[in-house]
Amino acid sequence: MPITYTSNEQVEVYRFSIPAAILAPLIAVFLQAFVPLRFHFFSIFDLPLLVVIFFAVARRSPVTGLLTGAAIGLLQDSLTGHPLGLYGIAKTVVGYGASSLGVKLDVENAGSRLLVTLFFYVVHEIVYFTVARGLVGLTLQWSWPRELGSALANAFLAVLLFALLDRFKQRT
Amino acid sequence: MENLISRYRNVTILVAVLFAQVLGLAVQVRRATQDESTRLIRVWAVDAVTPFEKGIVWFQSSVTNLWHSYFYLRGVRQENRELKREIELLRIEQVRLNQDAEQARRLQALLGFREQYISKTLAAQVIGSSGSEQSRSIYIDKGSRDGIKPDMAVITAEGVVGKVLRAFRTASQVLLVNDQTSGVGAILEKSRLQGVLRGTPLGEVVLEKVMSDEAVQPGERVLTSGGDQIFPKGLPVGTVTKVSPGSELFLNIRVKPAADLNRLEEVLVITQREEKEPALAGGGLPIRAADILAQRLPSVPEKPPDDPNKPPPPTSGLKILPAPSAQATSGAAGIPNRKPSSTGATRQGQASSAGNTSPKPPVDSPGSAAKSETDSSATKVAGKPSAVKPATPQKTAPAAVKIPDSITNTASDSQSQPVPPKPDPQPKQPVTEPTPPQEQPQ
Repeated sequence: MPITYTSNEQVEVYRFSIPAAILAPLIAVFLQAFVPLRFHFFSIFDLPLLVVIFFAVARRSPVTGLLTGAAIGLLQDSLTGHPLGLYGIAKTVVGYGASSLGVKLDVENAGSRLLVTLFFYVVHEIVYFTVARGLVGLTLQWSWPRELGSALANAFLAVLLFALLDRFKQRT
Repeated sequence: MENLISRYRNVTILVAVLFAQVLGLAVQVRRATQDESTRLIRVWAVDAVTPFEKGIVWFQSSVTNLWHSYFYLRGVRQENRELKREIELLRIEQVRLNQDAEQARRLQALLGFREQYISKTLAAQVIGSSGSEQSRSIYIDKGSRDGIKPDMAVITAEGVVGKVLRAFRTASQVLLVNDQTSGVGAILEKSRLQGVLRGTPLGEVVLEKVMSDEAVQPGERVLTSGGDQIFPKGLPVGTVTKVSPGSELFLNIRVKPAADLNRLEEVLVITQREEKEPALAGGGLPIRAADILAQRLPSVPEKPPDDPNKPPPPTSGLKILPAPSAQATSGAAGIPNRKPSSTGATRQGQASSAGNTSPKPPVDSPGSAAKSETDSSATKVAGKPSAVKPATPQKTAPAAVKIPDSITNTASDSQSQPVPPKPDPQPKQPVTEPTPPQEQPQ
């Protein structure tokens, strides 16, 4: 499970075609809204979050990463009954953090992707819960076993999903 | 300053974006109590996602229908036979229920009870969810174009599902009852205790605001109380599964929703409700209180032709006299009522005041004793048809409920027997026709 430290010159920066950059988040949000209707267990996954992490790490630009996170988060917020910004703020932080990490670390292999996703899922949940309880007044219950279980499930899914999304990468 | 910003450009942008979102959140939370219009971004998001959801649901249902309607017909004949048998049983059951319902409607009409009816519903298909465990809501394929508005109740055949949170043009968002921001006015079926049904962060449903000194048993059904002005009264909500002491003098009552909220496919949106008095059967003719109440009076055996010389045997309380024919009327007139019985005669005042459409108070109360006495004798003297037996063209009025003198003085005598009434050639039916004016009590 190697995590290679690289300089800015060594890491590769990828870009994506416009259709891929638009459709991938949209499909992720769509699947997140549709699949749990048929398979309720699917709601433990957070596909939009995985897409945010993938784009942030691949582009390695903090500004692009945070804007991507904000956009996908707000899109996800739009489908919930809660005020806009809960997922937006959490995914903005994750987008910024993942892209900043991507600048310093080589996260192209499966092991590093698993760990990065595990870490950022927990960060995402902490930010979400903090904002939801502190700003909106929602009464959410934090459960470490549940959160870690979900984080692990998302991390394994991320390994598969990132391999699929790698096909849309374009070298700069 | 410019150098500082350009040096920390990324962090500055991050702070700016976060600040903007926090500000937006604060504004939304502040305006949450006001009539908030739907944000444009929500409209865009729903417009972007729901067409795909609709398409997939349509494709899925088409394939399923094709398979089940044309190919997979195994066991259909057997199922058809069983369904026919079940229909027969249900028809028999329906006859009984219709009678009960009709009686209930008549009583409600008498009391001026205004009831909310579900007059119009719209079937909708579930096409999506919020996709978040923290927000439990679904999307349906009907929107404002189909007449759906926010705060409309959404139900299934099993029970309550939720309410419309936002209505878009072609789709609507429904807040489920197990969302923590939802609230439904609920009542326990047996104990009639009222509370508020809420969702928990884990997606469970609890009944709040029931005092801890009340007795609530697991298994009791929970219905809507109608107090929230969204759900009509009496819809099934769920069943109590666990009762435990809660905080602040209230019980913690866990409820299992009647509708399976994780497997919703089709729902009904209540688009129109009516508040009206229950309709009466039989062309809407007014039915007297006595007619209704007389149906509940105890029946008595038929009496052989009365011998005027024969002294009446002692009775304990309520006596149902035959139709006030000339003979019977004169006999009754000579027996003034002085004192109502404290047992079966409590309905005597209502039954005898057959000309009135409003129910009389029970005569066992001291204040009403004299009045019921007057009503009773006046009705009998006038030959007023009572509730027990319909009026006939020969002016042989039906049996009237009356307490004879001999009874009233020995009302508490439990050993005495009721006097058998005169033979009644007509079956005892409630009078549904209006009383002729000349027969009104004076």
